[in-house]
Amino acid sequence: MAEKILMKGNEAIAYAAINCGCDGYFGYPITPQSEVMETLMKEKPWESTGMVVLQAESETASINMVYGGACCGKKVMTSSSSPGISLMCEGISYLAGSELPCLVVNVMRGGPGLGTIQPSQGDYFQATKGGGHGDYRTIVLAPASAQDMYDFVDLAFELAFKYRNPVMILGDGVIGQMMEKVELRPSKPRRTEAEIRELCSSWATIGKTADRPANTITSLALQADVQERFNIKLQKKYAEVEANEVRYSTYKCEDADHLIVAFGCMSRICENVVEIARENGIKLGILRPITLFPYPKDALNALVPQLKSIMSVELNAGQMVEDIKLVADGRVPVSFYGRQGGVVPSPEEIYDAFVKTIK
Amino acid sequence: MDIKDIIKPENKVYGRTPLLKDAILHYCPGCSHGVVHKIIAEVIEEMGIQDKTIGISPVGCSVFAYNYIDIDWQQAAHGRAPALATATKRLMPDKYVFTYQGDGDLASIGTAEIMHACNRGENIVVIFINNAIYGMTGGQMAPTTLLGQVTATTPYGRKAELNGYPLKITELIAQLEGTCYVTRQSVQNPGAVRKTKKAIQKAFENSMMKKGTSFVEVVSTCNSGWKIPPVQANKWMEDNMFPFYPLGDMKDR
Ligand SMILES: Cc1ncc(C[n+]2csc(CCOP(=O)(O)OP(=O)(O)O)c2C)c(N)n1
Ligand code: SF4
Ligand SMILES: [Mg+2]
Repeated sequence: MAEKILMKGNEAIAYAAINCGCDGYFGYPITPQSEVMETLMKEKPWESTGMVVLQAESETASINMVYGGACCGKKVMTSSSSPGISLMCEGISYLAGSELPCLVVNVMRGGPGLGTIQPSQGDYFQATKGGGHGDYRTIVLAPASAQDMYDFVDLAFELAFKYRNPVMILGDGVIGQMMEKVELRPSKPRRTEAEIRELCSSWATIGKTADRPANTITSLALQADVQERFNIKLQKKYAEVEANEVRYSTYKCEDADHLIVAFGCMSRICENVVEIARENGIKLGILRPITLFPYPKDALNALVPQLKSIMSVELNAGQMVEDIKLVADGRVPVSFYGRQGGVVPSPEEIYDAFVKTIK
Repeated sequence: MDIKDIIKPENKVYGRTPLLKDAILHYCPGCSHGVVHKIIAEVIEEMGIQDKTIGISPVGCSVFAYNYIDIDWQQAAHGRAPALATATKRLMPDKYVFTYQGDGDLASIGTAEIMHACNRGENIVVIFINNAIYGMTGGQMAPTTLLGQVTATTPYGRKAELNGYPLKITELIAQLEGTCYVTRQSVQNPGAVRKTKKAIQKAFENSMMKKGTSFVEVVSTCNSGWKIPPVQANKWMEDNMFPFYPLGDMKDR
């Protein structure tokens, strides 16, 4: 059996990065995710795998270091929490506009503004609808455990290189700070220079050799028609992502009359809500989107005919509920329950709110 | 003597380096950007490092530097080139990595990135084009705009009370422990061009010696922004910019 180690979700991100052959991490301290860089600095992967770890002067610099590293075909990442991610949004737009692979981890805290260091899911809109300027998408993975934090790092790099697109792990302060057993995976070595050349030489800035034209990484197109053609190409890519990369899980949905949709830490808390409901003779199930973009629209749509109600449970003022309503399209009532400012609701509290919606 | 007898390979005294692509420059006549591009291309060619050099272009008139010098390029967000260069050099230490930045890019929006990259002593080259104006956006005030200088956003001349003072960022950079070579040059005549070329070559050589950051400012003209024709622009630069931005090495170690 593979080794299991007790660690925080944030530490899991760091260990997974070293383990899966990440080439570089660039970050700036912010609660509740500083353990990511602290763990990397303690582990000194530059002495083992050769991974570069650098504390940047700001999140703006971090994401632009990620941009530079991604231009070189390297597996590079950063992590931050909500206010820091806001600063990175310009860079994420550039990464998307230049079709560069990278990983951005957001361990969400409450906002707006400086907000609170307590957990939140208030950046759902920012992560799934853009954040930065222009028509772009990031692939968004929502972990619900320290194990997910660990496993999604490697998955994120796979997806980032498959689609040459930024991927975000959208965690929250609960998942980042919680200690759980994490099963370690077989380690992958960092890619060699030859492997990078093989994989990325058609686009990466690794030095122009005589056998190919110079590579330029840019998101600039002054002519309207050129920009439009490029944007259409991007949209095609996102459609491909929507067709191929949807991930979700269900809990007791087979016979469900009612459905809770929840992601991240809230999907776990809601499992207890299902138990309470079923003890009271109410057939409740959970749909947990694992990818927030692409959203599991088809899975939700397939459940709608059997349902009498849907409730979205989020640590925010009601963001994902808009996507649920788009799918439900008036066929079944959709309600919302959420807490904000770092308050995490108990299963009983959520159950009470749920019962009110079906009376 | 017939012209055909003169046009012969053995009489050739000047040729375009093959590293400068055969593309029509988008720069205005008299603009310093094109001259500095030529110098960089020549240095890369003469050092034989085309396959080992990564350029990082800014936001500004020289955003299109990648259209002219035949190497791999990254195009940075406004002011962020030193952050890209930091990661690029650290992840590929055997490469020559340089940023090419204007004064708005480097000394205004990108002040934090340039200061910290230089302070960390990143083994990169920074080429800094100081034309005392925002060329690309139509001639607005730059941090380096001189007191009294008329621009689109200082139509009555830059006033310290309103706009603060012109920023001598190169002097600040020279104070940072992480820099090994900091110099201010110009390209308005052949002598100045030769000096700038030497400086840029030294900067590239330094970057493989793990000595820290090399920083080459080129005091430059912007004819369109200044609204002065090329020859007079050179004179205006010599009369007004050189006294405030004196040429020469500030640091070499
Ligand atoms: C974030 C952002 N802000 C503003 C701009 C608009 N902009 C483009 S170029 C430029 C000024 C460039 O001036 P400088 O760096 O001096 O370069 P020059 O054109 O003079 O060579 C500005 C403000 C931008 N592209 N991005
Ligand atoms: S606007 Fe100024 S800096 Fe830009 S190309 Fe013209 S002269 Fe050069
Ligand atoms: Mg300028």
